[in-house]
Amino acid sequence: MPIPAQALRHKYLRHNKKFPHVWCPGCGNGIVMGALLRAIYRLDIDQDDIVLASGIGCSGRMPTYLDFNTLHTTHGRALTFATGVKLARPELNVVAIMGDGDATAIGGNHFIHAARRNLNLTAIIINNSIYGMTGGQYSPTTPFGSKSTTSVYGHIEHAFSIAELAVTAGASFVARATVYHADLVDRLIEQAIKKRGFAVVEVISNCHVQYGRRNKLGGAVDMLKSFKEQAVTVSRAEKMKPEELEGKTTIGVLADRDLPISTEEYKKVRSQARATKERV
Amino acid sequence: MYDHGQQRHLLQGNEAIVQGALTAGCRFFAGYPITPASEIAEQLSNELPAVDGTFIQMEDEIASMGAIIGASLSGVKSMTATSGPGFSLMQENLGFACVAEVPCVIVNVMRGGPSTGLPTSPAQGDVQMARWGTHGDHPIVVLAVSTVMDSFTITIKAFNIAEKYRIPVILLSDEVVAHTRECVELPDKSEVKVIDRIRPSVPPDWYKPYEGDARGVSPMASFGDGYRHHVTGLIHDVMGFPTQQPREVEDFHLRMAKKISRGFPDIQMTKGFYLDDADFFIVAYGAVARSALRAVQDAREAGFKAGLLQLITLFPFPRRAVTPLLQQCRSVLIPEMNMGQISREVQRVNQGACNVVKYNRVDGKFITPREIYDQLIKL
Repeated sequence: MPIPAQALRHKYLRHNKKFPHVWCPGCGNGIVMGALLRAIYRLDIDQDDIVLASGIGCSGRMPTYLDFNTLHTTHGRALTFATGVKLARPELNVVAIMGDGDATAIGGNHFIHAARRNLNLTAIIINNSIYGMTGGQYSPTTPFGSKSTTSVYGHIEHAFSIAELAVTAGASFVARATVYHADLVDRLIEQAIKKRGFAVVEVISNCHVQYGRRNKLGGAVDMLKSFKEQAVTVSRAEKMKPEELEGKTTIGVLADRDLPISTEEYKKVRSQARATKERV
Repeated sequence: MYDHGQQRHLLQGNEAIVQGALTAGCRFFAGYPITPASEIAEQLSNELPAVDGTFIQMEDEIASMGAIIGASLSGVKSMTATSGPGFSLMQENLGFACVAEVPCVIVNVMRGGPSTGLPTSPAQGDVQMARWGTHGDHPIVVLAVSTVMDSFTITIKAFNIAEKYRIPVILLSDEVVAHTRECVELPDKSEVKVIDRIRPSVPPDWYKPYEGDARGVSPMASFGDGYRHHVTGLIHDVMGFPTQQPREVEDFHLRMAKKISRGFPDIQMTKGFYLDDADFFIVAYGAVARSALRAVQDAREAGFKAGLLQLITLFPFPRRAVTPLLQQCRSVLIPEMNMGQISREVQRVNQGACNVVKYNRVDGKFITPREIYDQLIKL
């Protein structure tokens, strides 16, 4: 059932002093924000029970606009703060929203360790292949050969594949979509929030201003169309040869597994510790 | 946690910090292994789960600092402990705790630096870093312990100051205090004053998380308590939302400064020994204060009118205790295990009133009472 946009706006946006937002016209961040709100609406989670943490960059501004418990942290560190919140109040739904540079360059270590640790957290990574806010420098997901303000002769490094990185690092749930596939982003974020364990949703997004323009990829609509063309569902990708998958983006659920959750395990540690102290 | 009251315990400084933290109500610790601070993490990993607290070993000190801020914002008293290299990594998020006014305690058990430095010889090289380590203009409270008993009582004070003023508090220990074992009698919990942050009593719609009361301190709501608000490292208005309005930016900075300077009398902690009739005195802190006390006692026995001012609060620099002594005495000796990090503070407030003499040792060795005595009688 479609959710009336007005209901979302009235319920979740902060109206006091917070608009207009900082995002450029056509930015994919708004699609991700809408998807997050629709997922929360469908899951019917109380606003008081949601903590939305972010790092630095364009994506980092998202919590400012939303009426939850919001935490705009330092660059790359959203998951470390989120870890503290979750351990202190395990009953809260903690969602970290990050960019590609935020989550996998300066925050790369925190990201893989959060995945390994398997707290019951949700991480949404908006991957636009560039540092947008600082003016278009190459990020860990800038494709080989691409132009950026710090690789005007073409980028000579290779890009991370964020979702695959999360799978390898041990996350319980890993999914990917693009901002073209807005309905899929909705559903994946909903699944990720519901998932017991560390859940990652990578959303491929467009920065036509800082990335598309320099690489002659056109405007926002052109980039969205190219996302449509490049996308291959997980089930279809399984039937394709590696050479056919060249230049394609796999979308859908890449991993969904049930692993021990560290907050649950820590409850056992507490009872063991209490029992040991009582014996002494 | 040990049973307090009447009982005597043989503890090292790091263990006393653990007992102080637990007594003060600390229920969250995040840290990363580093000598000579690791015993604090080891003991708390053992103790915290037994009191429904949480211990976590993070991937580095940056993450440790982030985690304790997150936990404190969620209403749990939090702490981390480290040594020089880890303290360097904590500076970024320490600034966040300053700006977002998040109470927490950061223990830095100092060892020889810079860089990997001298693990694990005693030093006091991180004093000015504790004051100015994180970027940007910011007030901060830095305390120093000199004995095992101090490690217990000053840790409690550190938490109390953090909670009362909504600030991060840095507790400097050093390798000597951390690993010295002493017999201490821990007070009964009923005798210990524990301060908790003030929580908002107004309806959520009225709550202004960064408005500040007469002291400049705002009540602090926890995440999940129904007071939905925004927390950011950006300079923010009274609602916590980012601002660049010059008026609001200035208000923010002035309130930050005010809340610590208004609280000066109860933040300022010093101990005086033999000062009433002193002609010359020592300013010392940390483990060096113990050598200094012995040197002063020996000097008194030899007929010299020497005194000791032990600094517990290093920053804000306790000028109200220091300045009158600079007027009263003709000379002051400042022994430090660095090139002179507190002596520059003394010189700053001295303004020529008193003859300031430094004694610095940077060879990784502890300053002995004899050395200080020899310097003292030259004054």
